[in-house]
Amino acid sequence: MGIRTVDTSGPDRPDENLSDYSKIEQMALVEKNASMDTSIGLSEASASDYVVLLKPRVMSLVVFTALVGLLAAPGHINPVLAGIAILCIAVGAGASGALNMWYDADIDAIMKRTAKRPIPAGRISREEVLTFGLLLSAFSVVTLGLFVNVLSAFLLAFTIFFYAVIYTMWLKRSTPQNIVIGGAAGSFPPMIGWAAVTNSVSMESIVLFMIIFLWTPPHFWALSLFMSDDYEKAKIPMMPNVMGPASTKFQILLYTLLVAPVAVLPWIMGFAGPVYGLFAVAMGVVFITYALRVWRAPVGKEMIKPAKKMFGFSILYLFGIYAVLLGEILVRKALLLAGA
Amino acid sequence: MSNDRVTLTDKQKKAQRSRSIALALALAAFVIIVYVGTWAKLGANILIRPM
Repeated sequence: MGIRTVDTSGPDRPDENLSDYSKIEQMALVEKNASMDTSIGLSEASASDYVVLLKPRVMSLVVFTALVGLLAAPGHINPVLAGIAILCIAVGAGASGALNMWYDADIDAIMKRTAKRPIPAGRISREEVLTFGLLLSAFSVVTLGLFVNVLSAFLLAFTIFFYAVIYTMWLKRSTPQNIVIGGAAGSFPPMIGWAAVTNSVSMESIVLFMIIFLWTPPHFWALSLFMSDDYEKAKIPMMPNVMGPASTKFQILLYTLLVAPVAVLPWIMGFAGPVYGLFAVAMGVVFITYALRVWRAPVGKEMIKPAKKMFGFSILYLFGIYAVLLGEILVRKALLLAGA
Repeated sequence: MSNDRVTLTDKQKKAQRSRSIALALALAAFVIIVYVGTWAKLGANILIRPM
């Protein structure tokens, strides 16, 4: 899998920050007391620190979209097995979050937004996080494979691999297209949910995948427009730092113009109803309006406000689209039950 | 020999207790998941045990 050791002197680490990072690595994980041998390190990490490693906010979005994929899929799944599937997907997402924090501890220490995470804060060692991430990955994939089906387990394993290796280890530090390709990792959950029920990958699940995939670039690039200093400090090649804000704004608009019609496809393809369809159209129009405002804003301080608004709305957009789809599915299932 | 023993600070004891409880809960949850999941997956077939 190409996982490297905990050596902190890798070539991809920002050189000028090595000294800071080494200090963090050497920082005692404990309050040393008089009777302690200095070679013994006892952790002061509480259970909540391990929860932070799982990136609970990302996990909640993963659970939500996976649930929509699972419920939207035609066919039947035992509710207990459905619950296990969602739990495994959640734990798998958490595991990839932990592996991401293990590998990115050096840049997390530099960025304001991530400096308080358990590794840079010195509460948990990198070795522990790596073990934690690998163990949870193995448990979630094997459990999903044993109780649900092999295809969904394979997709989950691939998602973890994609996020931890392809995105975190490779793309994130090497190309401004990092979040475009890496966004695929966050797009898989509804497809896994769908596969858990149908044991297949269909056009419908690909559409659910594409909505998140095309939504990711405008979402993250809007964020990077007003957080570019932080990314630059950590030497992460985000689009505004590499191609400049003007190009970023144009690409935000481009991806927004793509995601808006794709989000209407579930209605056109017939696995979502008119309520969802009209909602997706309306949300798409608003999303494009926000993207146009960002695009038209002059480069500099004036673009920060529309970029922040765009970022805020992008979260509402994805949540709204999936929430209305979920609501429609639940109403349809309730009506079917009432009819039966 | 007692001088060689490590004395935990209050903060370390609290953190260790918190981790122990979380680990116990996670293990218990996993056992329940495997038990309930097996019933859900196999249904009545769970009782078929050819000798």
